[in-house]
Amino acid sequence: MDTNILLFALIIPLIGFLINFLFGKKLGKSLSGIIGTTTIVISFIISVCLFLHIKETGEAIRIHLFEWFSLKNFKIDFAFYFDQLTALWLLFVTGIGSLIHLYSTSYMKEDENFHKFFAYLNLFIFFMMVLVSGSNLLMMFIGWEGVGLCSYLLIGFWHQNREYNNASKKAFIMNRVGDLGFLVGTFIIIYIFGTIDFVELREQTVMGITASSFAVLLSFATLALFIGATGKSAQLPLYTWLPDAMAGPTPVSALIHAATMVTAGIFMITRLNFLFDLTPDVQNIIAIIGGITAFMAASIGLMQNDIKKVLAYSTVSQLGLMFMAIGFAAYEIAVFHVITHAFFKACLFLGSGSVIHAIHGEQDMRHMGGLKKYMKITYATFLVSTLAISGIPPLSGFFSKDEILMTAFHNNIPLYIIGSLASIMTAFYMFRLLYLTFFNKFRGTKEQEAHLHESPASMTIPLIVLAILAAVGGLISLPGHSWLNEYLAPVIVNNAASHPHHLGTTEYILMGIAVIGALIGIGLAYNKYIKNQEIPVNDNQVRGIQKVLANKYYLDEIYMAIIVQPLNMLGGFFKNVIELLISGIVLFFAKFASEVSYQGKKLQNGNIGLYLFAFVFGVCTMIYYLFIAR
Amino acid sequence: MENVLQIIGIENYIYLAILLFSVGVFGILYRRNAIVMFMSIEIMLNAANLLLVAFSNYHQDPQGQVFVFFTMAVAAAEVAIGLAILVSIYRHIGSIDIDKLKNLKG
Repeated sequence: MDTNILLFALIIPLIGFLINFLFGKKLGKSLSGIIGTTTIVISFIISVCLFLHIKETGEAIRIHLFEWFSLKNFKIDFAFYFDQLTALWLLFVTGIGSLIHLYSTSYMKEDENFHKFFAYLNLFIFFMMVLVSGSNLLMMFIGWEGVGLCSYLLIGFWHQNREYNNASKKAFIMNRVGDLGFLVGTFIIIYIFGTIDFVELREQTVMGITASSFAVLLSFATLALFIGATGKSAQLPLYTWLPDAMAGPTPVSALIHAATMVTAGIFMITRLNFLFDLTPDVQNIIAIIGGITAFMAASIGLMQNDIKKVLAYSTVSQLGLMFMAIGFAAYEIAVFHVITHAFFKACLFLGSGSVIHAIHGEQDMRHMGGLKKYMKITYATFLVSTLAISGIPPLSGFFSKDEILMTAFHNNIPLYIIGSLASIMTAFYMFRLLYLTFFNKFRGTKEQEAHLHESPASMTIPLIVLAILAAVGGLISLPGHSWLNEYLAPVIVNNAASHPHHLGTTEYILMGIAVIGALIGIGLAYNKYIKNQEIPVNDNQVRGIQKVLANKYYLDEIYMAIIVQPLNMLGGFFKNVIELLISGIVLFFAKFASEVSYQGKKLQNGNIGLYLFAFVFGVCTMIYYLFIAR
Repeated sequence: MENVLQIIGIENYIYLAILLFSVGVFGILYRRNAIVMFMSIEIMLNAANLLLVAFSNYHQDPQGQVFVFFTMAVAAAEVAIGLAILVSIYRHIGSIDIDKLKNLKG
């Protein structure tokens, strides 16, 4: 395959960004939207070609552009590396990206900064492509930072709102904490292996020469990289930015904060699976953190009333499940769930965007309801995706989630229970969302009701496509015969395809349990919100454990108390005491000097007579000392 | 021919020179008119010249007297330039009172 075409696919979103950023205002909205969308569609088409090519040949493509920099015994290339994993990620990043671009042309039509929105989205796609196609950790880091930047820009897209600005800053700072971990991990890997190129790293670890003598250090490296992943992929303890990130426009939430960017951590760990395989302790930590995150986020999701917040916590929870799979070294299953999750979560977010669009920016589910008869397409696609995320067969979510839980069952029973509970809660809160939004009577104002309408075709088409994908996405990895496992076999050193687990009675029972769990969750939601027609109470009437959940386990408050406030106090101490002391001393000298010179200045008053007097006086004094006083 | 120094002693010339010089110095210090100050400078210069001539005679060495000629030539040039400056100042400011020349004060 021609490498120039691949580079073109990489660069064209950047070109789209430049055009929209520099000339967007002059081009007008429709042209700017067309440019933004077309560039991504072109990238998508090339990605499809790449995918087919790699599937055919099974060989990775490496494009070496130039040597970035070199030190003694160590060099870093500016190179791209396209293998099976990259192709897969490119496929759904650009695929979902194109759909969401198309969707945004309608969703953002009223916005005055329309062109800027498309510019940022294009830039995001560019950085995401760099992230997944970089040939070494530093190249990946370029994309890693770039997507963080775009995320920041897009969360704070409506920057007139102070709260949104704070949300974007929070996301950025939280990500910085993770990025530090990424960098530390990179440095340790450079120290151990003397290279950060993925291919070379893999060769070295497979041969097992260097790694064995650095076991402890390697654990630190993988742990640090995992901390990087927790920042980007919103895991405990760094997940709190993601729910706040919902301040951004809904397409952004769908693309960046559900489907693509947040999976970067999973991509990175899967990319370095051979390193993580060498550090089973770290894998245990990953599994436990993933499980706890999945459970916590799902339980918080039970009590949220903002439609996007529910979806955000659901995203965190699903990401937790993916990390759990990674912790059990089941990388291909995590990737599988990434893909299915990308489909149904993007569809859910876009559906919620469609709802928000219809009722003019209202996001509180307590003011929705009964939208089924107004928005048939949105409702149908939303229903499909909700069933998929709840794990109802034969939709995609069932297969991927079931695989994860099955792996958990074989490795760690407590985590299996936690994961199953999280899935039951997922089914409950997703159907709660569905019932509150689409069923019963409309609870908003009369004015809103009069304007209820189905969204235009450019918004519903992406919804339909994504809903179909969410329904059939499971086909790529059916239990027993997994196409995905075989496809990813060259990427994952210790892959499951080489030892497929037998599909026996246990597995069928587990599947049954998972389905029954999901049905229980749905039944509870049905009982509560359809039969009894309950509506969530106001925030100040929530009591007991529900209050803890509604307040997100007070995690934000805890962070506020143990990190932000001490930092503020330290800052205050330095500002009020130390700075006063230091600047006091410095200022004293400055004042002293200026005071003295101010007095001296008076001598230089421009009065020639005085100068002459001083001159004569000086000469006289000299003469006196030289001749007379001796 | 009798030497002048035998009629009037060398110390008298020194006293006269000191007197002239002091007159010049005090003229500089107390007068504000630039032309008068200029005259005072000339007086000081001539006090020095007088001393040079007197000592040249005292030591029977003509070098001092030759030197005075040079000094007077230089003084003439200095007067020409100094007066030109004063005229130009007068044209600009309309006064040659040095107390008014404070524009270049830092």
